[in-house]
Amino acid sequence: MAAVLSFLKRHSAFIGFAVVAMAAPLFTQNIYYLSVLAFMGTRFMIVLGLNLLMGQAGQISLGHAAFAGIGAYGSAILTTRWEVNPWAAMALSALLAATVAGVIGVPTLKLKGHYLAMGTLGFGEIVYILLVQFKWLTNGTDGISGIPSLSLAGIDFGKPQAFHWLVWGVALIMLRISLNLVDSRVGRSLKALHRSEAASMSLGVNTAYRKVQVLMVSAVFASIAGSFYVHYVHFVSPSSYTLTFSVILATTVVIGGLGRVWGAVWGSILMMVLPEFLRQYQDYTNLVFGVMLILIMIFLPGGIVSIGGAADALRRRIGGASGRSGGDAAPEGGS
Amino acid sequence: MPLLRVESVSKRFGGLEALKDVSFALYEGQVKALIGPNGAGKTTLFNLISGVDTPSAGHIHFKDHDLGGLTPHQACGLGVGRTFQHSKVFDDMSVLDNVKVGRYGRSGAGLFSAFFTLPRHRREERDITQGSYEALRRVGLTDRAGELAGNLPVGDRHLLEIARSLATEPTVLLLDEPAAGLNNDETDQLAEIVRRIRDEGVTILLVEHDMGFVMNISDEVVVLDYGQRIAEGPPLMIQDDPEVIKAYLGEDL
Repeated sequence: MAAVLSFLKRHSAFIGFAVVAMAAPLFTQNIYYLSVLAFMGTRFMIVLGLNLLMGQAGQISLGHAAFAGIGAYGSAILTTRWEVNPWAAMALSALLAATVAGVIGVPTLKLKGHYLAMGTLGFGEIVYILLVQFKWLTNGTDGISGIPSLSLAGIDFGKPQAFHWLVWGVALIMLRISLNLVDSRVGRSLKALHRSEAASMSLGVNTAYRKVQVLMVSAVFASIAGSFYVHYVHFVSPSSYTLTFSVILATTVVIGGLGRVWGAVWGSILMMVLPEFLRQYQDYTNLVFGVMLILIMIFLPGGIVSIGGAADALRRRIGGASGRSGGDAAPEGGS
Repeated sequence: MPLLRVESVSKRFGGLEALKDVSFALYEGQVKALIGPNGAGKTTLFNLISGVDTPSAGHIHFKDHDLGGLTPHQACGLGVGRTFQHSKVFDDMSVLDNVKVGRYGRSGAGLFSAFFTLPRHRREERDITQGSYEALRRVGLTDRAGELAGNLPVGDRHLLEIARSLATEPTVLLLDEPAAGLNNDETDQLAEIVRRIRDEGVTILLVEHDMGFVMNISDEVVVLDYGQRIAEGPPLMIQDDPEVIKAYLGEDL
């Protein structure tokens, strides 16, 4: 009993979030809202992987839309042209995304800072151009339609609620394993190489290998998200996988909070919910995101996930009382 | 047979010859100091031994291996530990987590073990924690384990770098200016710790400008000037060597 209680306490944030995420479809029948929630799940998968890459390992990617695109197009092409089983197509696409990430990761992850940003941006553009130009395979800008729904053991995941549970079930697994990763030998080595590659190497960390590996993980997360997405909307076109999408993904990671896995949760929620409220000012959405990014980088460099800690610090400064050292109420120790 | 043998090593950076034909040997259980004016090539030599750079000519033998062409993590795996002149402590990580990184090469749980907290991960995490506390104990930082490394005073930061390196279980430990920025008490404390680490079986090569510290602690001293070895011997002999006095103090004195 005590063991159960301590388990629940230790994982309270994760369990709480999982319950909310899985219970959400019980409170609405509205297909539009259900779709927004499900897309929040696929977006969250991509942001989560990018959070590991950028937040933990400190390697920026401005081409991450490409990996989602590989998953989306991989699933679309394999299932519509060669009638491959959608689950197998999803796995094959993820494998392809990981391979591509490995191949481009070796040279680009030697770059630092702005150069890495430019390198990954270039990669994203190349994939986008290939999607447009390889008409014989991708149908160019017309896109591919007629992508089948996912189904398993008689359950049709084309239905909004079933799809929600599937997507969020997978997303929660991804969240759990990401949280586990942070507090492990591999996770610590990523954090260390982010802070000083020279020191990490001298302590025995094979930094080049770890960087490429985390890029591959983030590519797989993005690819799976892309696959889920196209099986639900039954259509894919290159316009979904542009530089703008890559930038929104990176922005989401920063706004949510670099360095904390939970930042991916809050960032994804905010970036999916906000446009719904800004619907009648759609032209200004990107402007709002841009301003938000600047404000957060200046006033809240830890992202919105750090609001609790920042508020504490502010209260302490105003109150003049200092007691806790480095007080940082990270849920799950997910720093 | 020496533990570490630097054999006619040269290193050029473009037109600059940072090291010229330097040779010396380091025997097991020694504390050896590498001294010389700024720009003499001391840190360059450290970088060659720890795999950061490759010698332009010559060889560095360590046990049965040639260190030339190895990467730093490979050198670490063979038993070469090092600290840095400018502290590279991971400031926003805890003292304990800093040291845990040092256990990386002594454990092997990979991505999937971590993702799914497999038995290997759990078993190793216990060993990693234990080994890290052991390393902290050796430098006397046990009771600061939970603090953020960035909050440590400068002396403790040096000790943390040493603890982190000790966690890798090095055979030879390269200390790059460990006494820089320390007051007298802290320097004495550091000398005590370095001696104890040596007694526990770690061979020490250190670069240091604090001559009191060097003379107090070293069995032997190598003097570099303009990338060349100009003297080598016990501290007392080095102190009176006219070449060394000239290199350090110039002609006027």
